[in-house]
Amino acid sequence: MSDAVYLDHAATSPMRPEAIDAMTAELTAVGNPSSLHTSGRRARRVVEESRESIAAVLGVSAGDVVFTSGGTEADNLAVKGLYRARRGADPQRSRVLASAVEHHAVLDPVEHLGATAGAEVEWLEVDHLGRLRVDALEKQLASDPGSIALVTVMWANNEVGTTQPMDDIASLCAEHGVPLHSDAVQALGQLDVDASIVDSLAVSGHKVGGPHGVGALVLRRGLALEPLLHGGGQERDVRSGTLDAPAIAGFAAAVLASDADRLERAARVRRLRDDLVARVTAEIDGVTRNGDPVDNLPGIAHLSFDGCAGDALLLLLDAAGIECSRGSACSAGVPRPSHVLLAMGMDPVVAMSSLRFSLGHTSQESDVDRLLEALPGVVARARRAGPAR
Amino acid sequence: MRVVAALSGGVDSAVAAARALEAGHDVTGIHLALARSPQSHRTGARGCCTLEDARDARRVADVLGIPFYVWDLSERFVEDVIDDFVAEYAAGRTPNPCLRCNEKIKFTAVLDRSLALGFDAVATGHYARIVDGPGGRELHRAVDPAKDQSYVLGVLDAEQLAGAMFPLGDSVKTEVREEAGRRGLLVADKPDSHDICFIPDGDTGAWLRDRIGAAPGDVVDAESGETLGHHEGAFAYTVGQRRGLGIGTPSPEGARRYVVGVDTGTSTVLVGPPVLLEVDTVVGDRPRWCGPALDVALEGQVQLRAHGEPVDAVIEVVVDDAGATQVVAHLHERVRGVAPGQAMVAYDGTRVVGSVTITRSTRA
Repeated sequence: MSDAVYLDHAATSPMRPEAIDAMTAELTAVGNPSSLHTSGRRARRVVEESRESIAAVLGVSAGDVVFTSGGTEADNLAVKGLYRARRGADPQRSRVLASAVEHHAVLDPVEHLGATAGAEVEWLEVDHLGRLRVDALEKQLASDPGSIALVTVMWANNEVGTTQPMDDIASLCAEHGVPLHSDAVQALGQLDVDASIVDSLAVSGHKVGGPHGVGALVLRRGLALEPLLHGGGQERDVRSGTLDAPAIAGFAAAVLASDADRLERAARVRRLRDDLVARVTAEIDGVTRNGDPVDNLPGIAHLSFDGCAGDALLLLLDAAGIECSRGSACSAGVPRPSHVLLAMGMDPVVAMSSLRFSLGHTSQESDVDRLLEALPGVVARARRAGPAR
Repeated sequence: MRVVAALSGGVDSAVAAARALEAGHDVTGIHLALARSPQSHRTGARGCCTLEDARDARRVADVLGIPFYVWDLSERFVEDVIDDFVAEYAAGRTPNPCLRCNEKIKFTAVLDRSLALGFDAVATGHYARIVDGPGGRELHRAVDPAKDQSYVLGVLDAEQLAGAMFPLGDSVKTEVREEAGRRGLLVADKPDSHDICFIPDGDTGAWLRDRIGAAPGDVVDAESGETLGHHEGAFAYTVGQRRGLGIGTPSPEGARRYVVGVDTGTSTVLVGPPVLLEVDTVVGDRPRWCGPALDVALEGQVQLRAHGEPVDAVIEVVVDDAGATQVVAHLHERVRGVAPGQAMVAYDGTRVVGSVTITRSTRA
C-alpha cells in the first residue's frame, strides 16, 4: 500500500535524501579503498572522510571507528572479540555481565560464549520500567572484578525505548577496570551519544536513515580484540573485507544529517509520540504503556492491549494500512513473548498483547490521526478473537 | 468474502489461494506453525512444518500479492493432535492424525480465529467439493479419485463446512501442478507431502517408543495360543500389519501371519492367518456428521482408511443399553485389516455423510 502509515522506524527508517545522494554518487564511481592508484585513493578518501564525520558526531577519534556490515556484526565483534582477547590474556576473566534486555545481537553471542567458550554469564537485572539496577551491577562488579571479561549494556532498548544511565554505568565499569560495550543502534540519531565514555559501541546505518548492510564498532584504541572475520585486515586488522564505500558514504551522510537536526527533530517526534500515547490511552480502555515514561527514546510507544493477541492486532492494523511491530520476531515469524518484557516482570500473556509503534523523521500528525481512526475498531475485534494462548 | 488461505508451502494450497483470489475474494495467506522447534529444511517428502516450507508459503503470498502471516498453533497441535495420537497408540488403537488436525486445528482453531478477526472462510488445498444441497452445504468427493481427500475431512460438521472453501475439488492434480507453473508459483514442482508431518524421519515405532516407553510382551498365535516371539511394545503394531513381526518360525501351513489383534493391557500381539482379519461388520463411536445426523438406515458406502476403496454397506445408528450412540456398518463384502482407532467415513454416493472412530469389527 503506497499510502501506508509507517510506524516502524525502530525496525528501519526511510533513507534520508542526503544519504541517498551520497550513496548514489559513490555507486557510479570505481575504486577499492584499499587500492593504491588514483581511483583507490579517491574511494579511500570517501571512506576516511565518512569515518571522521561519524567519529566527530560520536565524540571519538576517527581511528576508533571500525566499519562493519551492520549492528549485529558490530555487537558480535565486540562481545566475542573482547571476551576471547581478554580471556586469552588472563584465563581468570571468565565472567560476562550482560543486561537482561539486550538485543538478540548481543544476547545470542553472550549465550553462545556461555555454551561453547566457558563464559560464566551473569544477567543484569532491570526494574519494571526496563532500567538497569545500577546498585546490583555495582555489587557484581565489586565482587572480584579481575574475573570479568566484559560488561555489556545497551544504550536504549529497541522494544520499549527505555534508556540506561550510561554515565553511571560507564564510571562504575571504569572504576573497576572492566571494559564496557554498549549497543547504541537505537540511540544514535535520537539521543546525545557520547561514545567516549564507553570502551566499545555498536551503531547501524539503516536506523538513522542510512543504507542497510553497514554499521560500525567504535572501539577504544589500545583495547585488544580478537577478529571474527580474517582476511585482508582492512579495518585495523580487527575486521576484514573490502570496504563498502557507497554504503559508508550514505551512512556518514545520514549520521551527519540526523545530528544536525537531532534536537529539533527529537522534540517534534517526542511530541507526536506523547500525543499518540495520550490519545490511545484516552480513547481505548485497557491500554498500558510500557517502558520508562521519562528516560526513553523519543519515537517509541510500546503499548499493551488487555485481552488482545499482538499478532491479531498487527494483522488487522496491516489490513487497515498501518504498519507497526510486535517488537521482536523470530526467523519463522512465530511470535514468542519478548525476553525484554519478561525481564521487566511482565506476564507472558500481557507481553503477547503488546505492540510497538515507532515514529521517526518522516512521521506526521496525520499518521497519528490515521492510527486513531483504525485502532479502536481493531482492538475491539482483536478482543473478540481473544488473547494469545 | 474475506478469506484466509492456509498456505502450507506446497503446490495445492498455493493454487487454492490463487483461485480464491481470482474468484474475487479478499485473501490473506496464513502459514500454520505446528512444530515447536521446526527443522530448517525438508527431508524427503515429509512435513509442512519446516522453515523452508514457511519460506515457500511466504513466496507464494508474495507472488499472489496477498498479506502473509504465520500463526503459531504449536501448543494446540500438541494438545489436540500429538497427545491424542500418542494416547490412542498407547491404548492399542491406530489413529489418523490428519483427520484430527482438520477437525481441531484447521477447522476449529484457525477457523474460529479467522471468523473472530472478521474473515468469512478458510480455504485449503484439500481435494474435496462443497455442494449446496437441499438440506444445506454438503461435502462431496473430489473429481480426481486418485487425490480425493474427503475421507480426512469427514470429521467436519455443518458449521465447519459453512466456513470451509476447497477450490481444488473440481480439478485433477496434473491440472493443479500445471496451473501452478503457469501462475509462476515457485512450488509447482515440489513433491507431494505424505506420512505423518510431526515424525521427521518417518519411524513411527521409534518415535512412539520414545514417548510411551518400552512395554515388552509376547507375540501369540491367535489360534493355538502358542507364544511365537517377543516384542518391545504392543503399541507399535497395527491390525493387518504383516511386516516386522520378528517371528522366526513359519505357520504349519506356511501361510503368512498377520497382526490380528493388539492388547496393550496385557502387552500381547495376536497373530494369525489372513482369514482372521476378515470382517463384515464395523462399529464406531464419536460420530461427526457432515450435515444432518443419520436417522434411518442408509444403503451407502463406507471407507475404512485414507486411500481405501469404498465398500457397499448398510449404515445405521444404534443407541446401546448405556445410551451411547454407535454407528454400525453391515458390509456387503468382507474386508481385511480394519484397525480400531481408524476413521470409518460413510458416503451416500459421492456425498460424505459423516465419520466415526472405529471401536471394533466382527465377522458373522
